[in-house]
Amino acid sequence: MSGAVQETVSGGSAKTARVVIYGLLILLAAIYLLPLYVMLTTSLKSLDEIRGGDMLSLPSSPSIAAWTKAWGEACIGVTCTGIKGYFWNSIKMVVPAVIISTLLGALNGYVLTKWRFPGHKIIFGMMLFACFIPFQAVLIPMARMLGMMGIANTTTGLVFVHVIYGLGFTTLFFRNYYEAFPDELIKAAMMDGAGFFRIFWRILLPTSGPIIVVTVIYQFTNIWNDFLFGVSFSSGGSSPMTVALNNLVASSTGVKEYNVDMAAAVFAALPTLFVYIVAGRYFVRGLMAGAVKG
Amino acid sequence: MSFLEIRNLRKKIGNVEVLKGIDIELEKGGFLVLVGPSGCGKSTLLNAIAGLLPLTSGDIVIDGQVVNDLHPSQRDIAMVFQSYALYPNMTVEENIAFALEMRGVPKDERAAAVKVAAKTLQIEHLLTRRPSQLSGGQRQRVAMGRALVRKPRVFLFDEPLSNLDAKLRVEVRAEIKSLHQNTHATIVYVTHDQIEAMTLATKIVVLKEGTVQQIGTPAEIYNLPANLFVADFMGSPAMNMLDGKVVGTGAEARISLFGDQSITVPVPPTVAAGALSEGQSVLLGLRPEAITDTGLADPQARSVTQIEAPVIMTEPTGSDTFVTAELGGKHFTARTRAEVSCQAGDTFRFAFNLDKAVVFDPQSGLRL
Repeated sequence: MSGAVQETVSGGSAKTARVVIYGLLILLAAIYLLPLYVMLTTSLKSLDEIRGGDMLSLPSSPSIAAWTKAWGEACIGVTCTGIKGYFWNSIKMVVPAVIISTLLGALNGYVLTKWRFPGHKIIFGMMLFACFIPFQAVLIPMARMLGMMGIANTTTGLVFVHVIYGLGFTTLFFRNYYEAFPDELIKAAMMDGAGFFRIFWRILLPTSGPIIVVTVIYQFTNIWNDFLFGVSFSSGGSSPMTVALNNLVASSTGVKEYNVDMAAAVFAALPTLFVYIVAGRYFVRGLMAGAVKG
Repeated sequence: MSFLEIRNLRKKIGNVEVLKGIDIELEKGGFLVLVGPSGCGKSTLLNAIAGLLPLTSGDIVIDGQVVNDLHPSQRDIAMVFQSYALYPNMTVEENIAFALEMRGVPKDERAAAVKVAAKTLQIEHLLTRRPSQLSGGQRQRVAMGRALVRKPRVFLFDEPLSNLDAKLRVEVRAEIKSLHQNTHATIVYVTHDQIEAMTLATKIVVLKEGTVQQIGTPAEIYNLPANLFVADFMGSPAMNMLDGKVVGTGAEARISLFGDQSITVPVPPTVAAGALSEGQSVLLGLRPEAITDTGLADPQARSVTQIEAPVIMTEPTGSDTFVTAELGGKHFTARTRAEVSCQAGDTFRFAFNLDKAVVFDPQSGLRL
């Protein structure tokens, strides 16, 4: 396609087109990355330098004092132990929630495509419906349920909420992926003597790499970045990172420490950044996997 | 006693009856081919034997045991699928050993069994590869190895050659045949290709719309088709169907062809005595190889009639030439020697060998 375009356009104008395209791309990328730049530079500056006013200048004497303070000493509410406890809260919430919701989604997808039962379409439709229910609508019923189950204000409760809310999405991902998985393989495994779970573990899951990556990234990002469930269903020491970050920024004792706020925000963004950088290329590949017949 | 028995098998999918009372028997070591056009229910029948589809009614009996309610894995049968259905995440060796592993066979026994199967199929050098690294023919062999390693009571093949190219198909077909001869396995094989059916089977079942049209050896099916459908489906080019009318009675009876009183042929020996009555309309079925040039006519044949007809078209295949000619407004195809020169527009003298001709009732479609 591009080859054909290059042949019909003369050398000079093709070059101009390239320059324009790359120029635009670089400009847009710069605009997109600007907040990150400001965050990073501000977190490395001293408070005096920040008050100096130039947001875009590089730090004159970079220091990680704000980072250590944000991690271990900053005051959130009345406790001044930094955000590290909340960071681990978030990890303890996000890891089980992602694993459980991904596994259950895979299992749902497997049943909905390979072990069809009467009414499977209605069940799937209802699960899809879960994707469209706004967070706010389920807050009060969910709070009541968590209370009844005795897991209100705990990390377990948050894990439960995120698993329930994520199931619609993970089921959708896996159902669509397994829809294209040949039925004959399941039949062959049945004749070979493999049962329901054996087929799932030995045949289906090992071939689900791309969709697992997609689901994990999607769920990890959503759960890690969630604020509403975190602020509604946790309190004090059990809050996740996002809630703690808000409290840190909101609770001011005297001087507003922008550098500490920025460092804490970078900490909050690190895990999702990490997941994207490590698994990002699989993400695109996974999204494309079903699109092209391979 | 027959080894595999299917008794009055019926299968309804929704409101459609896909199998309408199938009765088949197969002796141990037999090679049964289910053949028919698409949608005739042959794959449904195979899946029913495998246990992958529940029956509506009827029985499937293997070696004296009714297996209707047994899970596929407990029927002791193996199936080779059309798409091969190799597990993409496992090596060839793991693929072949999977069924044994599921049955709890110890590791060293598994390895030995895989080795034997791989040797039989000449895929020893492929054992560490994954299915995606194999060619179509190799995948086919691995799929057969997976079935072979279990030493099942019955092998099921679901159109195993349809994904191969023409040359490979002939090769693998011969391999399946020699495999059957060497292992004396009992095989049920589904195909829509009548050549595969003819070459492989010891017994052919022709199906149409969920009913059995005919069961017989390849020679019976080919030479004495039970009805017009079987006659038309088996053989390529298809059997010629010539309009005829019975003239005369008893031993004097002859069949006039092409609506022309002057062209008559004797009643073929395949027709049952007393089946024809004077003035009856019939269809005379003649395979293309029974209509030849006069030089090729079988000298052993007891009744050969020579008829002249204008040639419409010739199709040389190299080994012989198919000639389409017209008489009485109807086309028929003859198979002549390649050396015979005739062209469209010529009038050619054909030799009709009536020994193997069959006669059908045009109303019921049944052979008389």
